[in-house]
Amino acid sequence: MTIDAATVRKVAKLAHIRESEDRLESLAKELSGILQWIEQLGEVDTDGVEPMASAVALALPLREDVVTEGGDPAVILANAPAVRGAFFVVPKVVE
Amino acid sequence: MSDPADLTDLTLGEALEGLRGRRFSSEEITRAHLNAMAAARPLNAFVLETPGQALAMARASDARIAAGEAGPLEGAPIGVKDLFCTKGVRSTAGSRILGEFVPPYESTVTANLWRDGAVMLGKLNMDEFAMGSSNETSAFGPVVNPWRSQGSNRPLSPGGSSGGSAAAVAAHLALGATATDTGGSIRQPASLTGTVGVKPTYGRCSRWGVVAFASSLDQAGPVTRTVEDAALLLRSMSGHDPKDSTSLPVEAPDFASFVGRSPRGLRIGVPKEYRVEGMPPEIEALWAQGVAWLKDAGCEVVDVSLPHTRYALPAYYIIAPAEASSNLARYDGMRYGLRVDAPTLNEVYEKTRAAGFGEEVKRRVLIGAYVLSAGYYDAYYLKAQKVRRRIADDFATVFTDVDALLTPTAPSAAFALGERAADPVAMYLNDIFTVTVNLAGLPAISVPGGLDGQGLPLGLQLIGRALDEATLFTLAGALEKAAAFRARPERWW
Repeated sequence: MTIDAATVRKVAKLAHIRESEDRLESLAKELSGILQWIEQLGEVDTDGVEPMASAVALALPLREDVVTEGGDPAVILANAPAVRGAFFVVPKVVE
Repeated sequence: MSDPADLTDLTLGEALEGLRGRRFSSEEITRAHLNAMAAARPLNAFVLETPGQALAMARASDARIAAGEAGPLEGAPIGVKDLFCTKGVRSTAGSRILGEFVPPYESTVTANLWRDGAVMLGKLNMDEFAMGSSNETSAFGPVVNPWRSQGSNRPLSPGGSSGGSAAAVAAHLALGATATDTGGSIRQPASLTGTVGVKPTYGRCSRWGVVAFASSLDQAGPVTRTVEDAALLLRSMSGHDPKDSTSLPVEAPDFASFVGRSPRGLRIGVPKEYRVEGMPPEIEALWAQGVAWLKDAGCEVVDVSLPHTRYALPAYYIIAPAEASSNLARYDGMRYGLRVDAPTLNEVYEKTRAAGFGEEVKRRVLIGAYVLSAGYYDAYYLKAQKVRRRIADDFATVFTDVDALLTPTAPSAAFALGERAADPVAMYLNDIFTVTVNLAGLPAISVPGGLDGQGLPLGLQLIGRALDEATLFTLAGALEKAAAFRARPERWW
């Protein structure tokens, strides 16, 4: 499977990464090289094989639905690029 | 033990004995390491030195030792890979996108180490988000391996992604270091720097507070200079943590008590699929030597087969990027880290991530987004998860017959910086012997076995059953004793 510059542009959009137009061709080449190398998985017979999502054979543990910590907005906001009062400041999203 | 002239010559085990016996203070041995770090800046192993905090922790340790309240690692100075969040101390994951992020919390693994008395020297360099096998993808520039080829000044890679951890320990800048391993990131750098590295069973160490790369594969572990030291650090790092839903509810045994036991009677498998084309003869020879050492120690060695081995790396390069693209979606410039301002929200996201992520991270996020996208999910992602099951089943089958497996750790010795950076797939092949273990969730350890013709270290890897690190420590101890690896890099920095 090879992918072209248009596909890279689409995937970059999905991933929210701005790629310059002049980088798309070379990225397509790099990603195609990786994907072609991955194609060999097609040789493996996986009929009837259950997909393995985790190396842990544990049921997901549940805890009590209670507040464990919180109530300190200053700590939460300490690393924010922009803050006003007790809020994160983000670009306008509603026109 | 007579006290050496330089306290950085001690192993962690020896240092703990000296500290408990009050032959020197934590402040003294911490200062010795801080001085060694300052003199070793050309290695670029630390991205942040924390001398003030180190000395404060050391003095607190000295007070606890004086009060008879010493913990198992009391007063021992160690380094921390910059993937671990440390409260009040900048944590970057080797990425520009985290900027000057200062966590308001401490990772469980490092909290366990401080609880047991360890002293933090600083934060260690690494490949960006642990994606790399040479430490060249770090936003802080590559770490330089303290080892050099005989008669050459060419700078070599310490491996990656835990290149800073391995280089710092090999250069005696720390008694040990924390590291993480998603596809080989503890064991491959250990092999390339003549150090010991352990990737424990998935779930042995909590992932809470460790910056996530591929959550179903990531696991923390130690890098040290001896097998006993690795056992000591791992015990403190381990343990159940309710804050990580994949943390196993098991107690860590006293791993160090398994080092030095006889491995007589253990059955060791040698997987024929690990004999790959183009393997340097010196690595084949070391592998054969490892077999001979274990036989001499009373082990029975048999040939085994892990038929899906060659599919492990391609499966990994679907699963890991898929999980990474999902995990790294959080870096959006809103709540912490870098933000590049732009008129619209989407532009802020796109420009922030373009400026904040390096090329390898972008490549993997794009691969991940692609294999998870509509129309490709089944063909790539589900297929890879099925192959992953096949690989895990291969191990389950051989472990009904043998107690552990012996393989080389890496397909080559340390390579030159820049030598493999241009070809992503060539770089990925570094993890050919290590990545299988992450997919299956098993424990493995890399032990230095000897030097190649260039005078560079080579490692042997032992792979064990889930939660059977104890057997690995016994076998690794036997290999360490037989190999009698005493070489250390000649100081040029």
